[in-house]
Amino acid sequence: MRLTIPEEEVLSSGHLACPGCGATLAMRLALKALGRDTIVVIPACCWSTIDGVFPNSALGVPVMHIAFEAAAIAASGIKAGLIAKGNTHTQVMAWAGDGGTFDIGIQALSGAAERNDDIIYVCYDNEAYQNTGIQRSSATPYGAWTTTTPRKHPKQEPKKNIVDIMSAHRIPYIATATIAYPEDFVRKFKKAREIKGTRFIHIFSPCPPGWKMKEQDTVKVSRIAVKSCVFPLFEIEDGKLKINIKPSRRQDVRDYLKLQGRFSHLKEEDIKRIQKEIDKNWQNLLKREEAHEG
Amino acid sequence: MKENQKLPEIVVSSGSMKINKTGSWRNLRPEIDYSKCIRCMICWKFCPDACIKINKEGIKLAPRENLKKEPAPEIDYDYCKGCGICAEECPAKCIAMLKEKK
Repeated sequence: MRLTIPEEEVLSSGHLACPGCGATLAMRLALKALGRDTIVVIPACCWSTIDGVFPNSALGVPVMHIAFEAAAIAASGIKAGLIAKGNTHTQVMAWAGDGGTFDIGIQALSGAAERNDDIIYVCYDNEAYQNTGIQRSSATPYGAWTTTTPRKHPKQEPKKNIVDIMSAHRIPYIATATIAYPEDFVRKFKKAREIKGTRFIHIFSPCPPGWKMKEQDTVKVSRIAVKSCVFPLFEIEDGKLKINIKPSRRQDVRDYLKLQGRFSHLKEEDIKRIQKEIDKNWQNLLKREEAHEG
Repeated sequence: MKENQKLPEIVVSSGSMKINKTGSWRNLRPEIDYSKCIRCMICWKFCPDACIKINKEGIKLAPRENLKKEPAPEIDYDYCKGCGICAEECPAKCIAMLKEKK
């Protein structure tokens, strides 16, 4: 037997995640890559409940729960404290949802990125405020159902492009990752660990109750998201973009949409519009990669 | 208020949520058919509850002779929530999701 990812389990069983949670699998893989010499900062998000009831915790590393808007700044503060004590080896990871990154936490994140504080900022993106009851966030994609964008009036705006925002801060490392490719996922976190400065990792994190999909499809949906270019896997190192997985034959976006109940009301023209948007983003990404190679 | 004074000041971060046996949440129970299991450990890799353990001793029931001593996946039913990702991702299709008995 040859395991392709580290064997040690830092995240323990007994946590409070829903069955089939993508965010939990993401945390398990992230901690496998980073190891026990890590401090995790969690703002208000699903993970503040998944972690467990005080004074218990499911994470095998120190955790700090912090207010919604403050994940990045709390991580920066912890890092400054560690350096003042002469500890330069411990990694500080802010672990926020899409609400705490795209909407509420963006000012603190932008500040930390501008100062290039030495933290890893992870956004696990489940595309709505799932923890409080599936309200729309700026990460919710066009056409999706949420409790605040009901079927008759689904979300009309496209998803905010957080990676472009972070890329404009010129931080040393940005990557996207999904749980469907654990080796790629672990490699990115290991790489991030070796880099100094602000590192941003965007994780695609399916949510079975919020996306109205089957619990067992979490990994399948993530895989189709990569193969249909809904969520391309790439990394930006010192401004140079490299696409990690280029599907040889791109899967139809319908395969992705039909697994999720939150898109079940979409009409043919909506699907065409979504496909067009995806094609545009993918072409932009390819062009950007080519420009950096040249 | 006396209760509060007993509580520690910080989160006890040693994976202490293990006291919470989430196996009681389960409706469907995954069962591995070891006579088909090829020991690829893909189920272990994708378990969000970290409840598939690696049995280093190996399990005698195996599709091939050389797999008998290979480490095998073993489900910890104390914590398995029955999401079924393991059964969905298994390339040998050897995990069945059966209805949980009381």
